[in-house]
This record gives sequence, structure tokens and C-alpha cells, in this order.
Amino acid sequence: MSFFKRIAPALLAATILTGGFTTAQADEQHFPLQSYRVGPYAAGGTGFFGGFIDYLNLINTRDGGVNGVKLTWSEGETEYEVEKGVEVYQRLKSNPGIAAWNPLSVGIAYAMIDGITADKVPLITINHGRTDTTDGRVFPYVFPLLLNPYSETSGIVNYIASKEGGPDALKGKKIVVLYHGSPYGKETIPIYDLLAQKYGFELTQIEVPHPGNEQGAQWLQIRRERPDYVVLRGWGVMNPVALTTAQRNGFPVDHIIGNVWSNSEEDVTPAGDAAIGYTAITTQASGKEYPVLQEIIKTVYDAGQGNLSDPQRIGSVYHNLGIVNGILNVEAVRIAQEKFGHRTLTGDEVRWGFEHLQLSPERVKELGAENLFHSINVTWQNHEGEGYVTFQQWDGKKWNVVSDWIAPDWSLLRPIIEKSSEAYAAEKGITIRTQADVDEVVGQ
Amino acid sequence: MDWFTFLFAVEVAIGGLLSGVMYALVAIGFVLIYKTSGVLNFAQGAMVLFAALTFVSLTEMGLPFAGALVLTLLAMTLLGITVERAVLRPLANRSPMTLFMATLGLSYILEGLAQLLWGTQVHRLDLGISNDPFEVAGIFISTFDLVAAAIAGAMVAVLTAFFRFTRTGLAFRAVADDQFAALAVGLRLDRIWIAVWTAAGVVALVAGLLWGARLGVQFSLSLVVLKALPVLVLGGFDSVLGAIVAGLLIGATEKLAEVYLGPFVGGGIEGWFAYAVALVVLLVRPSGLFGQKLVERF
Amino acid sequence: MSLVTEFSATPLPPRENRLLAALPLVVILAVAYLAVPLLANEYLIEAILLPFLALSLAGLGLNLLTGYAGQVSLGSAAFMAVGAFAAFNFDLRLGLPLPASMLLAAVAAAAIGLVFGLPSLRLRGFYLAVSTLAAQFFVQWALNKFGWFSNGSASGIIAAPAIGIAGLPLSGPVGRYLFALVTVTAITFLLHRIVNGPQGVNLIAVRDNETAARVIGVPVLRTKLFAFALSSAIIGIAGVIWAFAYLRTVEPAGFNLDRSFQILFIVIIGGLATIRGAFLGAGLIVVFPLVLSRLTGLFFDGVADPGTIELLERIALGTVIILFLIAEPSGLSAILSRLKRRLAAPRAG
Repeated sequence: MSFFKRIAPALLAATILTGGFTTAQADEQHFPLQSYRVGPYAAGGTGFFGGFIDYLNLINTRDGGVNGVKLTWSEGETEYEVEKGVEVYQRLKSNPGIAAWNPLSVGIAYAMIDGITADKVPLITINHGRTDTTDGRVFPYVFPLLLNPYSETSGIVNYIASKEGGPDALKGKKIVVLYHGSPYGKETIPIYDLLAQKYGFELTQIEVPHPGNEQGAQWLQIRRERPDYVVLRGWGVMNPVALTTAQRNGFPVDHIIGNVWSNSEEDVTPAGDAAIGYTAITTQASGKEYPVLQEIIKTVYDAGQGNLSDPQRIGSVYHNLGIVNGILNVEAVRIAQEKFGHRTLTGDEVRWGFEHLQLSPERVKELGAENLFHSINVTWQNHEGEGYVTFQQWDGKKWNVVSDWIAPDWSLLRPIIEKSSEAYAAEKGITIRTQADVDEVVGQ
Repeated sequence: MDWFTFLFAVEVAIGGLLSGVMYALVAIGFVLIYKTSGVLNFAQGAMVLFAALTFVSLTEMGLPFAGALVLTLLAMTLLGITVERAVLRPLANRSPMTLFMATLGLSYILEGLAQLLWGTQVHRLDLGISNDPFEVAGIFISTFDLVAAAIAGAMVAVLTAFFRFTRTGLAFRAVADDQFAALAVGLRLDRIWIAVWTAAGVVALVAGLLWGARLGVQFSLSLVVLKALPVLVLGGFDSVLGAIVAGLLIGATEKLAEVYLGPFVGGGIEGWFAYAVALVVLLVRPSGLFGQKLVERF
Repeated sequence: MSLVTEFSATPLPPRENRLLAALPLVVILAVAYLAVPLLANEYLIEAILLPFLALSLAGLGLNLLTGYAGQVSLGSAAFMAVGAFAAFNFDLRLGLPLPASMLLAAVAAAAIGLVFGLPSLRLRGFYLAVSTLAAQFFVQWALNKFGWFSNGSASGIIAAPAIGIAGLPLSGPVGRYLFALVTVTAITFLLHRIVNGPQGVNLIAVRDNETAARVIGVPVLRTKLFAFALSSAIIGIAGVIWAFAYLRTVEPAGFNLDRSFQILFIVIIGGLATIRGAFLGAGLIVVFPLVLSRLTGLFFDGVADPGTIELLERIALGTVIILFLIAEPSGLSAILSRLKRRLAAPRAG
């Protein structure tokens, strides 16, 4: 049974390769996965795609799919490289019944935007991606669900404010942002500047060259600045090195706040004791006490079908992100099915589902994910969906939530986002969508 | 310049020198191989990863420190023998460029093998060295970096003694001086190559352990070679002493540049600044500070 | 009369041979220009032919420098990046037509190439090779650092404009393919002329013996710098194809050290100092991993996860590279020559 389950996607892929596949026989909804299980970011890739697959598996085994429509998937390894991602996209895009793409890589997502817009299939960039794709008026098929980089920035500043006793207390405080020397790292520079101006804190932003395995100079500068907080906008090996170097320079670790790509177990364990007390933002709590995780353990892992080779990683940050990503994808399909019928949907129909993906805290509880993540409220204009963030502290063994759910300052950021997306629309000659375009759906 | 800013500059310089030792540590592995076989071994980074990953996985399986060390050394010896048999011997007398490309191929194999055997997870490596700083006259010095420097120093001393006082070491030097003459007097080149690759493997292990304790043992460990390459160019590909001096020099200048020049251009200049330093020196001395003057062709 | 016939009779066989020799080229061009646009599916164009063309061109550029002039560079990807970003900015800021901005991009890449080629006047061998890494890291840093290059794009990744020439849109797969193909064909012919002309002789003289070259009056410094500039210009155009026709996004991270090594592999495996070597090498580098992944996928899928398969592929790729270097030091190009000779032999006998 287990073997058959494992081999099913392979058979599917083989059939496609040999060209024997013409139409979807049964009702199936397909998720092509551009995963990365090898290379520098393997830890994130195995966790995220593992969680995603585990959740799809749960829905198939427990519910027999979504209203009887089976969920299928196929994987292609990208090693986080753009051209491999493109190759996998080209290879898998002809699979029938594709619901959405979930590359978890900004570079790959960018290279696909033209393609998926022409195909009319949604592209999900949960917790990351191009910030201005939040504007659904310009990017109908791209969804940076839960949290875009700007909201993340605002969430972190709001958290520091809450720790200091309110936004007014930020005045005169000193914050250093230590960012990875890449487009990703630099993306939030103007937003931190903006918030510094608004709240009146002193701000220094320091770059760490890729890959970040040497940070002596940067932390000496930080020591000279004597900031109240250091925000870590890291990536991969930069994170543990930042923590150990901070310790070596006598900077208190509980005043370092990590961003969304500096918040996993893999980022802190290599730093050992230096990481105890480190706090980081997250959109989804870690741990396996949530009902949906318990069901995954019972239904999927106990049956030997779990995707993680190391069961210790169940409930880790990336695994839970993958599960939340699974919930959001599956619910978008479910919402679209209520409108279009319980059958294999087209990509455009699933897009409609994502544009109506509104999960209240009550609905999240029904899904067994209460406190795993807060809620989401996607509309055709707002493709991020107002995700809440929370903060977790590392105790040497696991992450513990140390804050309430915090709302970023969406209304402050929206005009900046619109300015950028409208510039893009003008540059590319895109007409800005209206309400009427939303319900114009390409069906079967 | 007041006292405080002066102290800060000293602190930056000391931090840089200690980082430089870490660069030199990786560079020495290159030097050993280049000196005796004229190969620029790009797989050195993969060897660092392989050694550290093997060691840390063995300790995680419950082996004591010494046991894991011995087993890893055995693995590195085995690697040396295999490389000699499967790569160096068939490629003898080929151009340095071909050998360089072969080591690139070797690095693919090693990276693949290391992760296939031990997984792609990030590991914590705790050598039991304190990471806390201590203070001397208002200057913070990292205990870990000092211990690392001491270990590196000890390793260089052992290597030097080995070259100077043992027969094998003498043979190394003979081969380095003149391969054909060494062959003519009956030295077994194959054995020397095995020995030298094993020695480079040992250096890779030491570098892997120290760097691994700083970074965590993970794929990015193989990227430390990028820090070692400018050191090699500056010090000369064939000089252990050159690697150390250049390591210190590059470590200190790059940190000082990052702190004092960086703000003017937006920071993050460490990635290429070391190469710029090396280039400037090379324009005066084309074979590095201590390298032998050789005319090479591909 | 008989004199004429005799005269015309003797040169005839060589001309026939020449025609015969040109036949494969004609067939290749016919397939590339006629069969592919008519028959190929999107996957073949987008995932195989476009990267193949871009990398072939980059390989051609590096081969000029490494194969013909004997100067090793580990910074090729940097020049691709310069080309891509320069073309983007010329297009954006001056609104020039595509061929013009491409030409200017080549000039920009050549200028940067000249600067980083200056050390070659003093340095040799690996010292020079490692020094070219300075270009690799500096260019990537500068493109990252100064938002102007990416037009202030927040994420630093920019969408390449849709391409078209003289109002003719070429943004579909076939259009982009033809654009890349025409560019590559034109540069290949140009390069063929150069390396077979007096400059080519100079390059080879410098490679084989610098001192001797100087003795017979070859301007060594000028020749070296010429090689750096022209090679960088060609690689820069390869960058334009990579960014505009293939990925359609431009980001500095795509032009990293791995890409530089990839291009070097193409040149070495394809065959140094041959034109066709770059194409053969690029074919191997692009197609081999795909074939390998299909094969391993067929055997191991379902048994091992895709990550493990990728690792097996990596090991296989490394092994093949080493085996290849052992078995065929002169590259794929030499294999092809031998094959041709063997095919020709029975006919001759």
C-alpha cells in the first residue's frame, strides 16, 4: 500500500512523459511541485514541501479528496535554481487539472509570472515574493498569501513597540537591521526608513555579503552603535553565524529579532547556546499540538506515508508552513468548487477560489488549525489577505510563542504597494482590473 | 583620533587577523596539493564539507570524539587513495586546466556523496570551546577564535616538522622541487600523491571542524573556499608560509575596509575586497608574496 | 580546350568535398531554422533550446579567450550579467530598438572585460584565473548594491521587456527562439572569420608562446586585451539572450560563480579552440542532466525521493566529467572529427 502510494506520482509522471496521458480520467486536482531537497536550502525545501504533501495526503486519505476530487502532485527538483525551476515548470505545466503553483522561491516565481498569467493558473508565494503582487488589480494570478515583505517589516516594528510599551516608546530607540546582501535582503530598506521616520527611532542598516559566513566586521559596527534591537533579515548560513558572532561580541541575544526567513530550527540549532532567547517573527506557530498535526501524525505518519524522512521534524517551522500552505490551497479549491461544482477545476476557477479565500478564526478552528495560524482574508484587490503574525522565542530545544497575534499596519503600506504595481502596469501595458473582471472565469 | 576610536580600530584589526587564520586554514589544504602535484584542487571545499559532515554524523550516532576522529581520518585516507587511483593517475601529465576541471567534477561527487550518506540536514557541531569573549584593556577578544588560531598554529607546526624531519616529508619536498628528478632517483610518485591528498584531507577535517563549529555543518561549508582563494593568490599557490601571512593580511584589511570604507559605498564589500587587495599586490609581485616564479601555460 | 577541362577537372573533387563538408552545416541550419519553429513544442524551446543557445554563445566567447588566446577566466557569468543589465538599461532609458541596445550592451561588456583583462598583462595561469573571480564578485555586488541598475526595483529582480524587432513582436517561444538563433548564427560566422584570419593567428601565437610571438612581431598586449574585450562582448550578448529570450527576468543571482564554471565546462568538454566545441559542450551540459534525471527518475522514482535522485545525478555528472577528461582530452569536438574520419574512410578506400 505504502509503496503503491509512493509510486503513484511516479507512474503519473511516467505516463505524462510517454505522452499517454490525454485527459484526466477521474476527477483529480493536480499540484505540480518545484521542490528543492538538495543544495544550500535543502532544509527549508524538505520541510515545506514535506508539510504540503503531508496535508494533501491527509485530505485524500481522511476525506477521499476535496468533495470526492482526489488531489495529486508531481515533483521536480530545482535546487533553488531559477533555470531548473523554469525547466520543471515547462515539463509539468501540461499536466491536466493543475490547481496552482507553489515554488517557494522568489527567483523562480518571477520567471513564471508571464507564463502562468498566460496559462491562467494561480501562483502562490506564501510569506514571500514580490510585494506589489499583493495588488490583485494588476497581478490577477499571483498570491503572496499571509505575509509580504513589507507587512513583515511593519509586524516586526509593531512587536518591538509592544515590547517597549507602545509606539510612542520607540522614539529615540536605536535599531540596527542586519540584512543579507541580495535583492531579497535589500527589499525592505525603504520600509524600515519609512517606519523610522514615522516612529522616530534611530535606524542603521548594515549589509552582510552573501553567503554570510563571516560577520566579524558587521558585529563590531553593531557593538559600536550600541543599538536597543538588532533585526536579522537573514538567509541560510547567515543566521547561525549572526547569533554566534553576536555572542562573541557580547550582544544580548534576546534583543535580536529574526525575520520570516530567519525563524526556523535550522537557523538556530547550529548556533547552539548562542541562540537561546532569540526571537523571530512567524505567521504559523510551530509544534505538533494542533489537531490538524495530530491527524497528520495519525493518518499519514502512522501509516508510513509521511513525507519527512526524519519524524523529529514534524511540527517544525517549515513543516508547519507547508501544512498551512496546504490548508490555504485546499480551501481555495473547496471555495471554488462551491461556485463551479464538485469536479476538476480549471486554473482560472481556482484563481477565483483564491480571490475569495476568507477563513475566519472560527473556520480556521474547524480546520483543526486554531493558533497554528490566525486567519486570512483574501479579496480580488488584496492578494495577501491580511495575515497576522506572532513571535516565537527559542529555548534551546523548541520555539515558544511569546506574543499575541499582531496585525501589521496594512493601510500605511497599501499606497506604497499600489504605486509600485501601477508603475509596473504602466510599464507592461496592463489594464487595471475591475470587479467585473473577477467573475469572468475561463471554465472547462 | 581619540582613545576610544583607536581601541575600536585595534579591535577590528585583531578580529580581522583571527578571521584571517581561519582563511589560511582552508588555504593550506590547497597549498599542499598544489605544491606537490601542480593541481589547483577546487574540491578542497567539498572535502571540508565531507570531512565535517562525516565527523558530526558519526558523533551523532553515539561515537566518542576520538573514535569519530579516527574513523573520519580513515575515510579521508581512503578518499586520498581513491583520488590518486581514479583521477590523478589516469590524468598524469595532462594540462593543469584539465586537472582543475577534474577536481571540479570531484567536488560534485563529494558533495553528492556526503549528502547522500549523511543527509541534507543542518547539524550542530560543539567542540566544547567557549564562544564567550574576554576583555583585555577594553578590547573584546573571542576565546573561540583564539583557540582556533592556536589549533591552526599547532597544525602548521606539525606540518612543518613533518616536511623537515621525516623521510616522507623530504620526499614531498623533492617532488615539489622537481618531479622528474624525484622520479629519476626512484621516489614513488603515486605513494607521495596518496600521502599528500590524505594530508590535505586532514587539513580539510581540521578546517571543517573549526568552521563547522562556527557555521553549523551544512552545505554552505563548502563555500569557505571562496574566502581561501584570494589568500592563495596573494600568498602564492605553493607556499604554506605565504598562505598564513596572506591570510592574516587579507583578514585584517578586509575587516578594516568593511568598517571604514564600507559606509562610503554602502557596505558589503568583503566579498570582492580581498580579491582587490590580492590584485594590487600581484601587479607588483606576479607570483604572490611567497610563490615561486613559474611560467605556466594551459 | 583540353587545358581548360584539365584545369577544371582537377579542382572539381575538392569543391565537391567542400560541398560535402558543408552539407552537415546546411542540414543543421535547415533543421534549426525550418524544422524547429514548425515542429518543436514549447518544452523543447523553452527548457532546452533557449538555454542551449545562450550557453553556446557564452561558450563561444570564453573559447575565444581560453581556447584561442590561452587566458583562463572564471568570471564569465559576470560579463553575462553586465550584458543583460546594460541591455535592460539601454532599452529602458534610451528606448533604443533591441539590436541597438544589444550592440551597446556588447560594448559595455567589452569595456568591463578590458578592465578586468588588465591583470592578464602581468599574471599567468591560475593566478590570472583566480584574479578573474574579482570580476565575478565585484559585478554581482555592484548590480546588487546600486538600485539604479535595476531601475529601483524593490526586489532587485526585473522583468525583461517583451522583445521585438522593427515592430515585429517576438515574445512568443518561437519568436524568442528565432531571435536567439539569428543572433547566435551571426556571431558564430563573425567569430569563424576572426579566428581564421590574421587576428586568430596572433591569438594562437600568444597562447602557444608569448615570447616567440613577441619576437615575430605579434603585438602581445594588444592581442590579449583584444581577446578579453571581444570575448566579454560575446558573453555579454549571451547574457542578453539568457535574460531577454530565455528566462525573461534579470537578476544578479542568476549570474553566479556556478554559471561561470558551467561555461568553463562547456569549453573544456566541447573542445578548446574549436567553434563547434562550444555547441557540443553546451548541448552536453544542458541535455545531459535532463536525460539523466529522466533515467534516474524512471528507475528510482517512488523508491527514492527527488532529493536523493538529484544527489545521484550530481554524483553521476561529476563522474562523467572526470571520465570524459580521462578518455577524451581534446573534447567532444575531437570525437566528432574521429567519427567523421571513420565514416569517410570506407568511402575513400
